[in-house]
Amino acid sequence: MGAPKKPGIRASEDAEDLARVPLQAILLADSFAQKFRPITLERPKVLLPLVNVPMINYTLAWLESAGVEEVFVFCCAHSRQVIDYLEASEWMSQPNFTVSTIESRKAISAGDALRFIYERNVIHGDFVLISGDTVSNMSLNEALKEHKDRRKKDNNAIMTMVIQRSKPSPITHQSRLGTDELFLAIDPETMQLLYYEDKDDSRKGTISIDKTLIADNPTFLMHNDKQDCYIDICSPEVLSLFSDNFDYQHLRKHFVKGLLVDDIMGYKIFTYEIHSSYAARIDNFRSYDTISKDIIQRWTYPFVPDVKFFGNSAVKLDRQGMYRASEVGLSRSAKCGPFTVIGCGTNIGTNTVISDSVIGEGCTIGSNVSIEGSYVWNNVVIEDGCKLKHAIVCDGVMLRSGAVLNPGVVLSFNVVIGQKFVVPAYSMVSLLEQPTNQDSDEELEYADNNSDSDVASDEVDERYSAEVPEKDKCTAYEVGESGAGYIWQVCDGVHEEDWRHSVAPIPDEKLIELMQKVDLDTEDNLPSSGELKPELNSNMSDDDDDDIEEVQDDTSLFQKEVEATFLRAVHENVAQSHIVLEVNALRLSFNMTFLDCASALFYSMIKLALDTPHNSSVDLRTSAAALIRKWKKLLKGYLTSIDEEIEVILKFEEMCLESKELAPSFTQLLHLMYDEDIVQEESILNWAAEKENADEKDKEFVKQAEQFLQWLKEAPEEDDDDD
Amino acid sequence: MPDITATVNEFVNELKKRKIEGSQTTSRLAAELLRSVISQQRLPYTNQAAALIDAVKAVGEKLIAANPVELAVGNIVRRVLHIIREEDLSLTTAAIGGLNVAGTSDDDVDDDTDDHPVLSAAAVAAASRSTLRPPSLQTLLEDIPVTTSVPPPSSSGGESEGKSKSADKSVRSRKLKHDVIEAVNELIQDIATCHEQIAEQAVEHIHHNEVILTLGSSKTVLKFLCAAKEKKRSFRVFVAEGAPRYRGHTLAKELVARGLQTTVITDSAVFALISRVNMVIVGAHAVMANGGIIAPIGLNMVALAAQRHAVPFVVLAGSHKLCPLYPHNPEILLNELRSPSELLDFGEFSDCMDFGTGPGSPLLHVVNPAFDYVPPKLVSLFITDTGGHNPSYMYRLIADYYSPDDFAVQPKPGS
Repeated sequence: MGAPKKPGIRASEDAEDLARVPLQAILLADSFAQKFRPITLERPKVLLPLVNVPMINYTLAWLESAGVEEVFVFCCAHSRQVIDYLEASEWMSQPNFTVSTIESRKAISAGDALRFIYERNVIHGDFVLISGDTVSNMSLNEALKEHKDRRKKDNNAIMTMVIQRSKPSPITHQSRLGTDELFLAIDPETMQLLYYEDKDDSRKGTISIDKTLIADNPTFLMHNDKQDCYIDICSPEVLSLFSDNFDYQHLRKHFVKGLLVDDIMGYKIFTYEIHSSYAARIDNFRSYDTISKDIIQRWTYPFVPDVKFFGNSAVKLDRQGMYRASEVGLSRSAKCGPFTVIGCGTNIGTNTVISDSVIGEGCTIGSNVSIEGSYVWNNVVIEDGCKLKHAIVCDGVMLRSGAVLNPGVVLSFNVVIGQKFVVPAYSMVSLLEQPTNQDSDEELEYADNNSDSDVASDEVDERYSAEVPEKDKCTAYEVGESGAGYIWQVCDGVHEEDWRHSVAPIPDEKLIELMQKVDLDTEDNLPSSGELKPELNSNMSDDDDDDIEEVQDDTSLFQKEVEATFLRAVHENVAQSHIVLEVNALRLSFNMTFLDCASALFYSMIKLALDTPHNSSVDLRTSAAALIRKWKKLLKGYLTSIDEEIEVILKFEEMCLESKELAPSFTQLLHLMYDEDIVQEESILNWAAEKENADEKDKEFVKQAEQFLQWLKEAPEEDDDDD
Repeated sequence: MPDITATVNEFVNELKKRKIEGSQTTSRLAAELLRSVISQQRLPYTNQAAALIDAVKAVGEKLIAANPVELAVGNIVRRVLHIIREEDLSLTTAAIGGLNVAGTSDDDVDDDTDDHPVLSAAAVAAASRSTLRPPSLQTLLEDIPVTTSVPPPSSSGGESEGKSKSADKSVRSRKLKHDVIEAVNELIQDIATCHEQIAEQAVEHIHHNEVILTLGSSKTVLKFLCAAKEKKRSFRVFVAEGAPRYRGHTLAKELVARGLQTTVITDSAVFALISRVNMVIVGAHAVMANGGIIAPIGLNMVALAAQRHAVPFVVLAGSHKLCPLYPHNPEILLNELRSPSELLDFGEFSDCMDFGTGPGSPLLHVVNPAFDYVPPKLVSLFITDTGGHNPSYMYRLIADYYSPDDFAVQPKPGS
C-alpha cells in the first residue's frame, strides 16, 4: 500500500468511475405504516418471518443477486434490533456486497429518511430504492440499462418504476394484495408515467385526469391492470428533490404525484414492466398471506425455502409441495397437506391436520389440532384440540387446549390464550395494551407508529414488563382463564375494514358486496354510451383508437362536470341564471357546442331522476316529469334550434335503451316535453323520420311512440281546422 | 488462507443462487477450486493425506450442501478425495519399499528421494495395483491398515533423527501435494476435453442417412453431431424443443449454422415421429451408479417411446457426470423444482392466485421439475470419454473413479 502507488490507482479508478459507478441501493427498513400493529410494537416489520425467514433477507438476497454492490439500510423503528440482526448475519461478510446501516430515530416518513440519507452524502450514482419488505427475483440489468440510456438522452428522466401486470379485474388488488385499485397512465412508446392514482382517498370508480395531460400527449394508455412493485431505480436527483421539497413524505402519494403534477422542473418518471419475474411488497396482512403462498408456490425462485439463499436452514421439498426442515417430529397419524412449511425442530402430535400453513421453528403442536391457512412463527406451543383458521401466531405464543382462533386473528408475541377460549374473528391480541393516545392528526397518516414506537415502545415495554405480573393477578386479561393478552379495540372506522387487510380470505358476503359496489360504481359513472369502457380496457385497444378515445374522454368529462354543476344547483337551490353562467363557462373551457350542453343537461336531469330512489317506473316517471318541469327553462335556453332538440331526443332514447325502468315511460315523457314546449313537433317528427331507415332494434322507441307520432301528425290539421 | 475461504464462499454463493449452470462448467470450477484449496493447505508433518482429505472434505461438504441437486460437484469432490488417497497410497508403498531397501541404514533416509530406480518401480507397481485394484472386500480391508500403520514409525523416531525425518517429511509432503495437484490438473484436463473425446467416437455410431432424435440442448450432443458431420456423414436431426425452457431452439440454430439438416418438433410429437428415427442421442445431467440417468425433463417419455419402437437410446456423458450414488426416490431428492414463471406468465395468471377469495388456498398448482429419471433398462448405451458402456457396467466405472470411503461425503457432516 505504498503512498506513491495511490495516485496511479486513483486515476485509473476515476476513469473507470465515469463509466461504472458501483450500483447502490437504499433499503428502508421501516414501512412508515401501522398495518402490522400490534406485532410491530415489539419487533420491526422487516424482521418478521416470511416463510420462516426474516423478510429483510429476501430483499437483501435479491439485491445481492441483482448485482447491487452497496446497500444502505435505513433503520428507524426498533433500529437497534435491525442493526443487531444485520451485524450478526452473514450479510456483513459478503464479497462484493457491503451492507451498511444508517440509523435515525427522528424520521417519521420515507421522505425524512431520504432527506437524512441525502445529508450523509453517500449516494453517488443511480440507486435502487426499495423497502425492506419487498420480495422479488427480477433481473435488474435490463431495467437499469433502460434507465441509463434514457438518462443519457434526457437528464430529466430521474426515476424508473417497476410495475407488473395483474389481472384486470376491479377487485384483484383488493383480494390479492389487499391494496387499493391502481390507475396508471403510461405513454405506450416511451413508457413514461403520466398519471398515478392509487385511489386510497378518492371515491372508487371515478378518476379525474388533468386536462393538460390529454392536451400534451398525443397517445397514452390508461391501465388498471398494473401492480406497483415498489422497486424504483432512481438517479441522485431524487434525493436532492426530497431535500428541496421538505413536505414530501410518502414516496408515492407525495413524491410521484408531486413530480407528475409539477411540470416546472420537467422531471420525468418512467416505468419498466416485468413479465415473467416476480416482485411484490408486503403491505398488510393480506399481502403477507399472498406472498407467503407465492413463495411456497415457487414464483420467487430461487428465493424459495429449499434453496438456502441466506439465513435459513436446510429444508427439503417433499411430494406435493410440502417443505420439511430437518429434525421435524411428525406423528404418523398427523396429516400435513400440500403447500405447508414446517420448520426445524418442530413436533407435531397425533391426528393433527395442517394445511396451507407455515409452521416455524421449535414449535410444539399437540394432538387433534387443526391448522388451516395459518402462520405460526417460532417456539409456539399449541396444546391438544386447538383450532386455528387463517391466523397469525407470533413467537412464544401459548394456546391452551381447546382454544379456537377464528379467521383473521393476530396473536402478538408471548400471548397466552386460555383453555377453550374462542378468539373472535379479526381480533388482534397483544401483551401490550393498545395505546390510548391515538393521535389521529394528519401526521399519523404516513408517520407511523412503527417509528415513534421505538422511543415509545421502549418505555411501554418497560412499563409493561413491570406491570404484567401484577395484571396477572388481577386477571384483567380478556383472553380466557389463565390467558395473557389484551384484545385490541379497533376503532369504528377501521372495524369495517378489518377483512380487507387480514390474512383470512374475504368472506363471501363481503366479496359480493365489493363486487356490487364496483359494479354500481362503474355503472354510475359510466356515461350512458359507455365512453369509459374503452379506457378501462385500454390495454387491449390499439394506439389508433387513442385519439378517438381522448375526444370521448373530453365529452365524458364535460358531461360529468355539467352533471356536477346541475346536482349542486338542485341541492343548493342555486339560481338558474347562475347555472347558465357556469355551464357556459364549462362549454367554453371544454370547447363544446350548445348541442353538447343541451344533451349533457338533459342527461343530468334524467340521471338525477334515476338516482332518486323509486319503487316503480311510474314513480320514476313522476319524478322525471317533475324535474323536467322544474328545469325546463334552463334546458330551453340551450335549445336554440331543431338540431339541439333532436339531439336531446336522441340522448333520451339512448338512456332509455340503457335503463329498463325508464324505457316504458319514453312516450309519456316525450309527450310531456312536447307539452312543456321543450321540444317542438317538428323535431319529434324529424327524429322519427331519421329513425325510419334505422335497424329494427333502433326503432323500438319509434314504435313505442307511434301513437303519439300519429297524433302529432294529425294534430296540426285539427289546429288548422280550428282556425 | 483468507483468500481461499473467500473464493470458496463465493463459489458456494453462486451454487446456492443457482447461478452456475451446466455440469461441465460446474465440475471444472469445482475442480479448480479444490486444486487451490489443496495448494493452499498447510500440511502437518504427520498424516498429511488425512489432513488433505479433511480439508477437501470440509470444503466439499459446503459445496455439496450449497446445491445438492448439482451432483457434479459431489462427484468432483469425491474424485479429488480418491486422487489424494491414491497418491498417498502410492507414496507410502514407495516409502515402505524405500525403507525396506535402505532398511539397515536409517540415518540417511534422504536416499529415499534419490533412490529413484527402486522407488519408481515400487511406486509404479503400487499405483498400477491401486488403479487396477478390483473393488473387492479384501483390498478394502487391506487398504486401511496400510495408511494407518505408516505414521507410527515416523512419529516414534528419536530426537536425533527429528531433523532428517522432518526434512524427509517436508519433501514427502511436498511430493504428495505436488502429485495430488498434478493429478487434479489431469482431472481438469479430462473435464475440459471430455466433449472432444466423446465426439471422436461419433463416426462409429452415426451412419449415413440416419435420423437422430434429441431433446433440449446439450453441448456434448452438439459436439457429437458436429463431429459426425465433419467426417462427411450426412444425416438428419430431429430436435424436440424441450419445454419449458425451449433449449432445443438454440440447439437447432447451432446445428443449422453448422450445415446440418434439422427438424424442430414439439415434445409431444416425439412419439409420433419416433418410428422414423434410427437413434436417440441425448445428454444427461448425471449418471447414477445403477446406470439410470438424471436428465432434462421429458427424456423419460422419449426413452419410453424409443423402447416401444426399439430405437437405441444413447446417452452421452463425460466421466465427471458419473455419480457413485444410487437413486433412491429420485424424482424428489435429485430434482429441482424451478419457478412456475417458466410455464406461465405471472400477470396473466394472477387471478388464479387470488387467495383473498374462495377457500383461501390456491387452486392452481404449477409444478416445474427440472429433471427426469430414466431407469437403466431404458438406456441402450452410454458413451463416455472412455468409450461406450452398457448401463450395467456403470458400477464398475465408478469403482475406478471413486473410493468407497468417500461415497458418503455429505450424510455425515459431523465426521
